[in-house]
Amino acid sequence: MNYFFIWSGLVLLVMMIPLFYRMNAGPTALDRIVAVNMIGTKTAILLVFVGTIFPGNRVGMFVDFALAYGLLNFLGSLAAARYFHRSRAVAGEIDVEGEAEEPAIE
Amino acid sequence: MTTIINIVSIVLVLSGLVFFFGAVVGMVRFPDVYTRMHAAGKGDTLSSLLVVLGFMVYQLGRIHGGELMWTDLLVAIKLLAICAFIMLTSPTATHALMDAGYEDGIEPVLGEDGDALSRDQDTRRKGGGEPKPNRTS
Repeated sequence: MNYFFIWSGLVLLVMMIPLFYRMNAGPTALDRIVAVNMIGTKTAILLVFVGTIFPGNRVGMFVDFALAYGLLNFLGSLAAARYFHRSRAVAGEIDVEGEAEEPAIE
Repeated sequence: MTTIINIVSIVLVLSGLVFFFGAVVGMVRFPDVYTRMHAAGKGDTLSSLLVVLGFMVYQLGRIHGGELMWTDLLVAIKLLAICAFIMLTSPTATHALMDAGYEDGIEPVLGEDGDALSRDQDTRRKGGGEPKPNRTS
């Protein structure tokens, strides 16, 4: 059973690599934020994996870590959403009709 | 009995991995911010839920298999709390990010029904041209 948890944790870790690609090459900032949000959620899940295969029956500690990590991840995502709300800095290029072209703030 | 519980746990964790694979494929291949966010929100929530439920079932099996400890039951309750927390917060975060992106003017890839969220009627059907004849409002 431990081998199953180890290998499925490794599969979860390998499947994070395309998310790193999206985090690196996302056209807008929201792609990067969503990718980071997904990676954070999966890291909280991976903490439960690590706690289950940890010797000495220490699952409770790691489950607490996972809960706190998920909470921080959600708060970070909401703070990023509030920060980019109407800040007009999300898109790389913004053209809205009726407004002058202004250089995009990176 | 422990074998059945282990099999249920393995099935739950593997289906969670399958849904996470779907979310990752959507995250890489979809053409738009909003569609990517759609894939991320749904697949991420469901896969996290399934994996954590699998661990909760495994933990309950350890309770059943002798040496009954109340800490194991507490761990199962905490895993259930993680489930409820993810189910509440992940769609909320996705919706907040989508709202920020739409208010910021990121243009979605439009289908033939146009932009359903737009406030004026002209840009609402910008992508689609004529609406379908039997769906006129």
